[in-house]
Amino acid sequence: MNGEIKRGALGLRADSPVERFLNGLIAENPTLVLMLGMCPTLAVTTSATNGLTMGLATTVVLAMSNLMISLLRRVIPDTVRIPSFIVIIATFVTLVQLTLQAYLPSLNEALGVYIPLIVVNCIIFGRAEAYASKHGVIPAFFDGLGMGLGFTIAITVIGFFREFIGAGTVFGIQILGEQTIVPGPVGAVLGMYEPISIFIMQSGAFFVLAFLIASMNRIKRNQARKGRDVSKFRDTSDTDTLVKEADGTKEVQTAGGEA
Amino acid sequence: MSNNIAVLFSIMITASLVNNVVLSQFLGLCPFLGVSKKISSAAGMGCACIFVITTASAVCGLIYKFILTPLDLTYLQTIVFILVIAMLVQFVEMFLKKYVHSLYRVLGVYLPLITTNCAVLGVALLNVQNEYSIVEGIVSGLATSVGFTIAIVILAGLREKMEFNDVPESFKGMPMVLLTAGLMAIAFVGFSGLR
Repeated sequence: MNGEIKRGALGLRADSPVERFLNGLIAENPTLVLMLGMCPTLAVTTSATNGLTMGLATTVVLAMSNLMISLLRRVIPDTVRIPSFIVIIATFVTLVQLTLQAYLPSLNEALGVYIPLIVVNCIIFGRAEAYASKHGVIPAFFDGLGMGLGFTIAITVIGFFREFIGAGTVFGIQILGEQTIVPGPVGAVLGMYEPISIFIMQSGAFFVLAFLIASMNRIKRNQARKGRDVSKFRDTSDTDTLVKEADGTKEVQTAGGEA
Repeated sequence: MSNNIAVLFSIMITASLVNNVVLSQFLGLCPFLGVSKKISSAAGMGCACIFVITTASAVCGLIYKFILTPLDLTYLQTIVFILVIAMLVQFVEMFLKKYVHSLYRVLGVYLPLITTNCAVLGVALLNVQNEYSIVEGIVSGLATSVGFTIAIVILAGLREKMEFNDVPESFKGMPMVLLTAGLMAIAFVGFSGLR
């Protein structure tokens, strides 16, 4: 169009691998910006390790299903695309589940029913529908990879906060509290910390996420005040629109910012 | 027999209150956060969920017992269940539209949304994991969805009241809803004494 290069996220060339990767990681981070896939985000983030494993499992499924759907995009008829996507996604989820069962049984135990539930994670379906089914194989793969890693980072961060405040550990290593591994006077100070166990309980998940989104909102407002373009924050998914229609209201969610 | 009823009753209490599907297992959060703006729509969503989750747990239980187990195909459960649920929702919608139009007008808009509700698939998978019989599975499905309805209606009531409150700018909307849900989760921990 007019001989100009189409620009995507962060001013990079649209649909190049790097642009897609960074788009998922930062500009359209599925958890913190698009607010997709809330169930695993809250359920498995009792520790940073659980968050990381869940994130990586989702990344594998997302990248592979994006790749496969992009390969088959001219073969799958439009009318049956949704069941076809579901079968492709569910196949990769089953593969990941069986692999985890075989090689990492303890983590599989900890994540439980949430591994098969990756099938209904709206991030994966959303990317299949919105991106992979309309673009080439290589950008689709990197889109999946970027989105997956964006999700991984977000839920690892939530897991880190919950584990650190709630149990005083980081990736299972005791930092705060009585059994601290830090020696000397610093350790003595850290040892006085009493873990707030509510943060590893269910309600802690809601609180941590609420504060993370509130901080995002604040950053967004500051950016808007400085006159920067915040339109990319306003992206909402198809599911959000559907939910809003069902709700009978046309209000913009906070995730999308004040219109 | 009385022993059986006691088991069913305990499943019912556990699934609806103690292990409340949204507040303690985090399943079905999307509709919980998305459709809880008004009590009326929350109640509609809840009823549609009761309908679909109960039917889905019955159908998935039957398929697991009489098709997947004899053929040694249990590893296909995720794929089979999600397809069954998607078809079931579609079928329920068509059936209601044709024969029970009054019910369709009440639940219609919520039905397509339920396919993406992970509570449906979650309940079907948990029933298999807990090795429930068909009847136990149906009861657990019913109780889970009743628990979902209780939680979403309470949240909608709180949100209606909060409309008029002065909330800090950054916390407006979703963060405030999440904080409310967190406080509700603390309240529901109290039910664990019932077990």
